[in-house]
Amino acid sequence: MLTIDAKGIYYRDLNNKVREAVAKGEKEIFLKNINGQYYIGDGLRGDVKITIEGVPGNDLAAFMDGPTIIIKNNAQDNIANTMNSGKVIVHGDAGDVLGYGMRGGKLHIRGNVGYRVGIHMKGYKKQNPIIIAGGKAGDFFGEYMAGGVLILLGLDGDNKRPLVGDYLGTGMHGGVIFIRGDVDKKGCGAEVGITDLNEEDKKFLKEHLEDYCKDFNLKTEDIMKSGFKKLTPASLRPYGNLYAY
Amino acid sequence: MNHNFQKDISGCGLVGIINRDGKRISGSFACNSLCLMNDRGNGLGAGYAAYGIYPEYKDLYAFHIMYDELGAKTDTEEYLKKNYHIEKKEPMPTASVPTIKIHPIIWRYFIKPLPEKAERELANLGDDDFVVHTVMKINSEIDGAYVFSSGKNMGAFKGVGMPIEIARFFRLEEYEGYIWTAHTRFPTNTPGWWGGAHPFTLLDWSIVHNGEISSYGINKRYLEMYGYKLTLLTDTEVVAYLFDLMVRKHGLDTATACTVLAAPFWKRIDDMPEDEKEAMTALRMVYGSALMNGPFSILFGHSKGLVGFNDRIKLRPLMAATKGKTVYMASEESAIREICPSPEKVWAPRAGEPVIVELEDSR
Repeated sequence: MLTIDAKGIYYRDLNNKVREAVAKGEKEIFLKNINGQYYIGDGLRGDVKITIEGVPGNDLAAFMDGPTIIIKNNAQDNIANTMNSGKVIVHGDAGDVLGYGMRGGKLHIRGNVGYRVGIHMKGYKKQNPIIIAGGKAGDFFGEYMAGGVLILLGLDGDNKRPLVGDYLGTGMHGGVIFIRGDVDKKGCGAEVGITDLNEEDKKFLKEHLEDYCKDFNLKTEDIMKSGFKKLTPASLRPYGNLYAY
Repeated sequence: MNHNFQKDISGCGLVGIINRDGKRISGSFACNSLCLMNDRGNGLGAGYAAYGIYPEYKDLYAFHIMYDELGAKTDTEEYLKKNYHIEKKEPMPTASVPTIKIHPIIWRYFIKPLPEKAERELANLGDDDFVVHTVMKINSEIDGAYVFSSGKNMGAFKGVGMPIEIARFFRLEEYEGYIWTAHTRFPTNTPGWWGGAHPFTLLDWSIVHNGEISSYGINKRYLEMYGYKLTLLTDTEVVAYLFDLMVRKHGLDTATACTVLAAPFWKRIDDMPEDEKEAMTALRMVYGSALMNGPFSILFGHSKGLVGFNDRIKLRPLMAATKGKTVYMASEESAIREICPSPEKVWAPRAGEPVIVELEDSR
């Protein structure tokens, strides 16, 4: 295992070091004293595992293809932009615009997430990106969603703020969103259909939650006890007639 | 001077620190925090505002003025002499920074309006109003002179350079304040000039801003009706004057003023209880032209507190944290942790919901 003390290191130098180590075949990298360095793991390939201590900067794991990144603390904005495969695990909260255009892999967050999470996620056949957030989410959750899976758990926290923000699934035309709790139709985009889970959904959900729970030492049964709602696009082409008149 | 500029688009970094117990800290904290976000700016503007830095002159207005040339200084001082008691005037203490090759001539003045002067009597103005009048007059009528700070026991320090360069230039480590705001700029369609750096101030109000005020045109025309002159070629200026108008002149509290600037959408107002709905509707009607559209995160400093808030759909980042009696706000959590490694609480304020922090003894 390679340990890099990142204290005071500029992101470009840090990422060069990581890239060089991965090129040499390093399988496990520990980054300590991280604070705010941008672009960690961007475009990185292979089966390397990177563990981060500290709060990494924006745009982590963009275009990442394979590696696993474990963040022991909070993370900032724009994680997993257009990520292709691999996994990002955040033990704290994470910021806005997570998984923008994400096309594969997994993003597991223990805490709250910000605005525009899962915006324009996409999926096709085997490429099925999955974001699971343990806390609450802001507005525009799953905006323009075209594929993949978003799961929001609302595990802890007070009742001061709603489980999920306004404009939920606005412009959604593919993929699926699972929310653990009630969903107010008024806060959803017009094209969103809300249903209860069927057996197949429950099986699918359980499978993914088991993986999530393993990452954070949680119990799947506890989470599955509460009812989920399933959100899917009600029409495949909600804007098909937009310019027809 | 062409005052007809329409807008500025930028992606910047900001920092705010307030010690609620009034404890004063050096400018190097704000600078260290801001420097972590160097990549959010591009060296075409950085600046700081600090409260509590001039206790020995706390009853006087501290004017920081930048001059393009000495003629502007002569004209400005002539006007000040006629209308103000000048307790002290001196060149702004600066240090030589090799990378700052050109800078304006910068002076500071500790002054107080003379009670009996004709110009003032004609306008029938109180001290604060007369200071606002003076700032507008100098900035719009004296070519090459810009008052960039005019409050009591506070000051703005700003210019063209990276955050560390501007901090060194103004020797900020020598100042101690209980509130600091700081900004690094990334101007994209208005000039990166000394006056265009943040903060923007008027009296005790100071604003640092990340984003774009798309409603600048409407806000500007609205402010001009009340005698404000927008001379600094960038959108952020309107925020400082809007706060001055609503809080100082119209007596709104800070929370209500923030509600005007980032008003709830009508669809949310429709769902409110009847009395709240009525109040919100009235605010939106009366202050329709003060509504700020576009993406922004803003820190608003004043002598008694610090306010951070976002646009209504959260198009710019803002994080907040607390540790003891200190509250931090910044564009990125890591910038806070750079100077406060283990905060007690860290959170992302929700869209349009201001974080309002006041000094303990402000009431």
